[in-house]
Amino acid sequence: MSTDFTPTEMMTIAAARALTNDDVCFVGIGAPSAACNVARLTHAPDITLIYESGTVGTKPDVLPLSIGDGELCDTALFTVPVPEMFRYWLQGGRITTGFLGGAQIDKFANLNTTVVGPYDKPKVRLPGGGGAPEIASNCGRIFITMALSNRGFVEKLPFTTSMGHGEGGDHRERLGMKTKGPTRVVTDLCIFEPDAVTRELTVVSIHKGVTREQIQENCGWTVKFAAFVEDTPVPSETELRVLRDINARTKKAHEAA
Amino acid sequence: MVRLCSLSEAVAENVRDGDTVAMEGFTHLIPYAAGHEVIRQGRRDLYLVRMTPDIIYDQLIGAGCARGMKFSWGGNPGVGSLHRFRDAVENHWPRPLEIEEHSHAAMANAYEAGAANLPFAMLRGYIGADLPKVNPNIRTVTCPFTGEVLAAVPAIRPDVSIIHAQRADRKGNVLIEGITGVQKEAVLAARRSIVTVEEIVDELNPPSPNSTVLPSWAVTAVVHVPGGAFPSYAHGYYPRSNAFYIAWDRIARERETFKAWIRENVLDASPADFARHAANKPVKAA
Repeated sequence: MSTDFTPTEMMTIAAARALTNDDVCFVGIGAPSAACNVARLTHAPDITLIYESGTVGTKPDVLPLSIGDGELCDTALFTVPVPEMFRYWLQGGRITTGFLGGAQIDKFANLNTTVVGPYDKPKVRLPGGGGAPEIASNCGRIFITMALSNRGFVEKLPFTTSMGHGEGGDHRERLGMKTKGPTRVVTDLCIFEPDAVTRELTVVSIHKGVTREQIQENCGWTVKFAAFVEDTPVPSETELRVLRDINARTKKAHEAA
Repeated sequence: MVRLCSLSEAVAENVRDGDTVAMEGFTHLIPYAAGHEVIRQGRRDLYLVRMTPDIIYDQLIGAGCARGMKFSWGGNPGVGSLHRFRDAVENHWPRPLEIEEHSHAAMANAYEAGAANLPFAMLRGYIGADLPKVNPNIRTVTCPFTGEVLAAVPAIRPDVSIIHAQRADRKGNVLIEGITGVQKEAVLAARRSIVTVEEIVDELNPPSPNSTVLPSWAVTAVVHVPGGAFPSYAHGYYPRSNAFYIAWDRIARERETFKAWIRENVLDASPADFARHAANKPVKAA
């Protein structure tokens, strides 16, 4: 076991551990992409990674800067047009897990990547939803990974780009959704899971060296902790090596072109 | 019938002030050279359509060519904001930009509906999301068989669609390989289309009977512009310039640096300047 790791490394590795070998995973760009590929290069070698550019079963050697880098197509089992990606594979219900990030999240794991401030007169115009609104509703379950911060984890979202558990409870079921929605949110300090009844995000595991006070200080709502909170296992040497290697390869490749 | 011509002729003949224009390419094969030609020819009041506006529309918006934009993700992928897009939305510079925002699934479905000559697209989408509250073009339709309520969006029918592809033959048949995005749908949904290509060849020789080919009779203009997708990439020809995408953040952040860049690299440049990028052969990561 290694003790020398950064909070971001812990976040990526804890997120990677959520995935299994049998997952068919729709991968968001950035932190989710790093986590999914660490999973593939460690405990889940046969995981199917899908990017919304249409690349299916891709095995990138370096992390893509964009969702449609050539590396994704070069290493994919096959590549489909974007309408087919969203219609047959996502809406068709073929994808077990969607892995998303976001700019802001609330306690029911709804995400905002659209605007801060009023939509018509935004204070900050963010990129928008991209594939997220339908990834969030059509994948079997959703994992989310984002660093914990007061700016990101807010009591009330200015805009709901993609629905998590809505207002909580059975909101998803009431809207006719048959998928589970967000089942885990992995941050750099801790792991949240939705409460079985209220669906409010609850801390279930805390990373090494992190206190409950620290978690509360960096979260915009009053944090609930599960009755039994686990200690997140620290990264193994293999996990850290794989993550650092792929980050180094990626940095080199992105600076070269 | 398709016309093989120069880029300035293709744009002059097919892109008009006020047109609805779709320049497509999902990270891959983005028609940058054509976008620059539209800026050079001073087109105005364009209504831009594109799933991922990317740097190409940051340039058109900052150059004052656009009155509006329909899109689903407006960022610099993996880098951050599109500063010219944000300046237009947040500060109305250089002019206000009317936006119509969708999800990727809706945009892809809407292009497909356009290609299929249907008036609208439907999808199981936008459930619990706020976009339908701010975009009146996101509506619902009820399935006449099951009663399920589904999202409906209007078909995308551009006046002109512009794409970049790997190659065409001398008759103007076009081959697209790799990540094909919504390019085929965008061309088939449009009244007119311009395809810039890396190479013009004697025989197209599609590698498979299932290859993505746009036949000459479905395309308006084909133009030979090697390197024309830079800084995006052309699969099999040259890699994406991630370094340029990163550098764009600094260029576009301030109006003055942006204007200077456009002056030097667009207004005082020509399509032939893209050819040097075609010389960068793809390197497989070690």
